[in-house]
Amino acid sequence: MNAVAESRPIATGSRVEGAGTLRKIGYVALNTYRETVRDKVLYNLVLFALLMIGSSYVLGAISVYQEIKIIKDLGLAAISIFGMVIAIFIGIGLVAKEIDKRTLYGILPKPISRSQFLLGKYFGLCLTLLVNLMVMTVGLYVLLFLMKQPFEPALLKAIFLTYLELALLVAVAILFSTFTSSILSGLFAGFVYVAGYLSNDLKNLESVVESAFLPQVTRVLYYVLPNFKNFDVKAAVVAGDPVLWSQLGWATAYAAIYIALLLVASCWIFQKRNLK
Amino acid sequence: MRAVQIRGLTKDYPVGSFLQRKKRVLDALDLEVDEGEIFGLIGPNGAGKTTTLKLLMGLVFPSGGEARILGRPLHDPEMKQQIGYLPEHPYFYDYLTGGELLNYFGQLFGLPRKERSQRSRELLEKVGMTEAADVPLRKYSKGMTQRLGIAQALVNRPRLVFLDEPMSGLDPLGRREISLLIRELRESGVTVFFCSHILSDVEQLCDRVAILNRGKLVEAGGLSEIIDVSLREVEVVVEGLSPDLESRIAGSFRELRRQGPRSHLSFPDMPSFEKALPVLIGGGRARLVSVNPVKETLEDHFFREVNAGARE
Repeated sequence: MNAVAESRPIATGSRVEGAGTLRKIGYVALNTYRETVRDKVLYNLVLFALLMIGSSYVLGAISVYQEIKIIKDLGLAAISIFGMVIAIFIGIGLVAKEIDKRTLYGILPKPISRSQFLLGKYFGLCLTLLVNLMVMTVGLYVLLFLMKQPFEPALLKAIFLTYLELALLVAVAILFSTFTSSILSGLFAGFVYVAGYLSNDLKNLESVVESAFLPQVTRVLYYVLPNFKNFDVKAAVVAGDPVLWSQLGWATAYAAIYIALLLVASCWIFQKRNLK
Repeated sequence: MRAVQIRGLTKDYPVGSFLQRKKRVLDALDLEVDEGEIFGLIGPNGAGKTTTLKLLMGLVFPSGGEARILGRPLHDPEMKQQIGYLPEHPYFYDYLTGGELLNYFGQLFGLPRKERSQRSRELLEKVGMTEAADVPLRKYSKGMTQRLGIAQALVNRPRLVFLDEPMSGLDPLGRREISLLIRELRESGVTVFFCSHILSDVEQLCDRVAILNRGKLVEAGGLSEIIDVSLREVEVVVEGLSPDLESRIAGSFRELRRQGPRSHLSFPDMPSFEKALPVLIGGGRARLVSVNPVKETLEDHFFREVNAGARE
């Protein structure tokens, strides 16, 4: 250390112009992306997903006349399942870990608001998911190419909707992690994911159960929980059924509104949280 | 303009799992820190020092009172642009290297790329960490993390820097280096507000101090104002003090302790010592080894105040 001999003053108190809001969110997002891509767990998951896509070739080979369908089915399922695992397991730790390890103490006194920080974390994980989904998508298309299949753009529609679903799931995970521990956040986000897939069944429950109380609960859950079925066109795409652009548009708007509401709620809770 | 103004700052934390009650950890704290000074906040564990800093940094919210930093309210981005903060037992992103961390924090302050890289190099050199610039933080020792923590607090060339236990985890050499750095900061016109358990460092560095105990301000002021600067005793070490000599100066000193050939004498004041001196050394009877006028230290004062608080 050369504290005295240094001629240049170490701190002049000179004012520097701060970075803009979007830039700050971007910096946190890029750092979050760096955090996730340097996590070995992520590589294990992606590798496992690629192996699962690859293994669909073996399963396809033993299914007479169904091999291409099996490959597409399993490939899309692997992308969705591993995307979900990444979204929940990394998503819940993003904020909770910062609080547990007190890394936030170094960040929040800097000129960045809690909302900017939270949004940065969210978009950073969305970026990680985007890159991972792209890797898995390339893996699936390479397999289909090796099977001498023509390029099928319809698969991209299913993968795009899977991405929206995961972006929504990350927002759910972030919301829980602003006020509870990593483990509870994971459990809650997992519950919302499963319940979100059973959303239509929850609505129909009132017609089959004779109870005054239960239908009211399921109706509230139906309206509050995100309906993840809206993003599931995998079966239709594999079967060769058309997926309309309007359907994609509606699903995008649905996801955008839901994500926005979840992020607003997350920011509101996080703004008020004491970081003991 | 005051660097820090605190009025009636109070913090209650809920305690207990079910029937929650409030525990007051900071009680109506009033404090002012002037620009350009080194201000030390001291107190025993649980006194409320770190809570005060967390409140000022916006990490926790006050239950009452208010504070302003550089004339601006807490959470003001313009104010945050001009301050630096070293948390207690700092922990940073362990997947980043030291250089990457400083670059990231520099980005949040809006520093241009060229300045960020120059500033990182400069600060890492300043805290003796140049060689660790490309090492991931997970491989840093406690002392290295502490040094990096100090570097990150200065990345924006702050006007005011808050340091929570800056000497923690540092070896004696590191402590000396950080003391020099804090002095250098003041010479550059930076206000330094720091909390420390190491009272000798506070005494050596601070212009003014405040003592907190059990969440309450015990006293605040310049060191010369709060410490009794008058002489408490004169400690004298001599060799060859015979029993005969001892009896001849018996009325002058108040305590004698023999340690091998040396005798440690404690005189109540300078005139008593001056009176005994010719008898002691006249005619080569005894040899004077050292004379040490003892004044009250911050540590003496601190223990007295804290113990008085405990008895109340």
